[in-house]
Amino acid sequence: MSQPLIEVEGLKKYFNLGRGNILKAVNGIDFSINEGETLGVVGESGCGKSTAGRTILRLYEPTAGSVRFNGTDIYKLSPSKMKAMRRDMQMIFQDPYASLNPRFTVTDIIGEALDIHNMAGSRKERKKRVEELLDLVGLNPDHATRYPHEFSGGQRQRIGIARALAVNPKFIICDEPISALDVSIQAQVVNLLQDLQKRLGLTYLFIAHDLSMVKHISDRVAVMYMGRVVELAPSEELYANPLHAYTKTLLSAIPVPDPEIEANKKHILLNDEAAGPIHSKDGAPSQDLFNLDNSQLVEVSKGHWVAM
Amino acid sequence: MEPILEVKDLHVSFSVRGGEVKAVRGVNFTVGRGETIAIVGESGSGKSVTAQTIMRLIPSPPSMIKQGEIIFNGQNLLAKSNKDMEAVRGKDIGMIFQDPMTSLNPTIKVGKQITEGLIKHQNLSAADAKKRGVEMLKLVGIKNAEARFNQYPHEFSGGMRQRVMIAIALSCQPALLIADEPTTALDVTIQAQIISVMKDMQQRFGTSIIMITHDLGVVAGMADRVMVMYAGEVVETGTSMEIFKNPQHPYTRGLLRSLPRIDQRKDEPLVPIIGTPPDLIKPPIGCPFAARCDHAMSVCEKIDPAATHLSDTHMSRCWLLHPMAQEVTTS
Repeated sequence: MSQPLIEVEGLKKYFNLGRGNILKAVNGIDFSINEGETLGVVGESGCGKSTAGRTILRLYEPTAGSVRFNGTDIYKLSPSKMKAMRRDMQMIFQDPYASLNPRFTVTDIIGEALDIHNMAGSRKERKKRVEELLDLVGLNPDHATRYPHEFSGGQRQRIGIARALAVNPKFIICDEPISALDVSIQAQVVNLLQDLQKRLGLTYLFIAHDLSMVKHISDRVAVMYMGRVVELAPSEELYANPLHAYTKTLLSAIPVPDPEIEANKKHILLNDEAAGPIHSKDGAPSQDLFNLDNSQLVEVSKGHWVAM
Repeated sequence: MEPILEVKDLHVSFSVRGGEVKAVRGVNFTVGRGETIAIVGESGSGKSVTAQTIMRLIPSPPSMIKQGEIIFNGQNLLAKSNKDMEAVRGKDIGMIFQDPMTSLNPTIKVGKQITEGLIKHQNLSAADAKKRGVEMLKLVGIKNAEARFNQYPHEFSGGMRQRVMIAIALSCQPALLIADEPTTALDVTIQAQIISVMKDMQQRFGTSIIMITHDLGVVAGMADRVMVMYAGEVVETGTSMEIFKNPQHPYTRGLLRSLPRIDQRKDEPLVPIIGTPPDLIKPPIGCPFAARCDHAMSVCEKIDPAATHLSDTHMSRCWLLHPMAQEVTTS
């Protein structure tokens, strides 16, 4: 593998809840992503994975830490330089029903990105580029004048992907891009994402709670819990040899579509009321099940990091 | 096994502006006492409509039950008046819904929501109902049940709310529990907890369960029998073993192939099912899956295949299972 494209260091994002309570959504994470690589981020609702994704794109201003893209710290960029930087960093959202403007045609949804970055010279060029993009994501270019409601969920997600690709990005954050889709459609979209990665040399940060799908698409996987990365390893290694107690719990909970395996499986159950990321003003942290406040990521074997 | 519920040739339609959506088109199945049957299918396959019709929960209009019978404990539920149905709902048949955030009333304490059914159906006094309600909360694994009894839904996490839903649904010890995507909105670790609570309660009370889901992993862990629905029809049924180890319908096989599995290596690409399900305003005359099927023959587009019984429990509707089809494919 080559040079890291993205380097995340000590990233924190806190939300002030008022009355002195602070939600530490992302509480110090470090990782890097190489060019052309897919890093999967898994974890349960509220673990901070989506907040981490949005903060890395500077959709939220960070509380602390840095994100370097090709060596440039993006949090130090001026608004106009940041705008130019956004050409290289795009996002695909979870809900293909909510993330497309219902009053825009497909041409306008995809073309808007081209307009903002002055990438379409004339109307004719803009139309041509939109049609190219639709073709690239497997949609019929003749449907460019249609509205989002005329498409199915899977097709809408393809429109979302075309919009992200419009500005020729190098890095795309996919925030649960398939959770809203039916099983038979999920595989179509995942195959498309993998195919595009190969053809265009894209780098992905793939956020999801479906651990089987994350394993399938990712080169390396980071497991997040309460705002921190508790384990980070190549995906085969992580699933074959999980070391952190939380990772083991999470993996044991995934149902396998095989009645024989399910009948003999032992689940490790976690007390789900024990932990929460909200810190009250008197400084008392909520229960820290795995003693994360005093742990650090340690490399136990090549590329396999665990919070200890 | 003695059937507790028998659904015979059920047809349900919805009237919409463009015509009539034929959501359920001739569904037959039985549920035995203490048995768990899973209904699997994608959005729009008619699985939720089937379940809600058993409870008579879909408003008419726009829905129309065109044809069929639902025999529960010897009585046809479709022939009952709305008032008679009220005595069945919650008492003999309980239901858990997908979203525990919206299916509890946010303005009523959970205790009152549990005891409501007990007071109505079992004529318990308020004090007895409370005792039983607290007991139910303990059974579904809620700690500190006496205090939790007087809290509002927003004070519970998602998994805890789904436990409350299970406590409500099972409080009158119904013979049948319908669970419509009970774990879809939950995280995997919470999902595992809820499934273990449901299994535990089933053993304790001998409840039959109809479980609606699109997660084949959950099905493998819970169901005795599986029913695969597509475009309003049952395309395959069988025991869990038969469906997972020896699927016969191309749609069932496609579903299993399009899933990545945590216990398999990742190098193999996923095999998606191409295309999308048919529009049920104008359902195809032939097999509804023909347009997406790799093995479609000309007969598939013309005539909907009849049921082929491969064993006492295994049924599939596909022309490939017809004796003449074998000759065609091997030649």
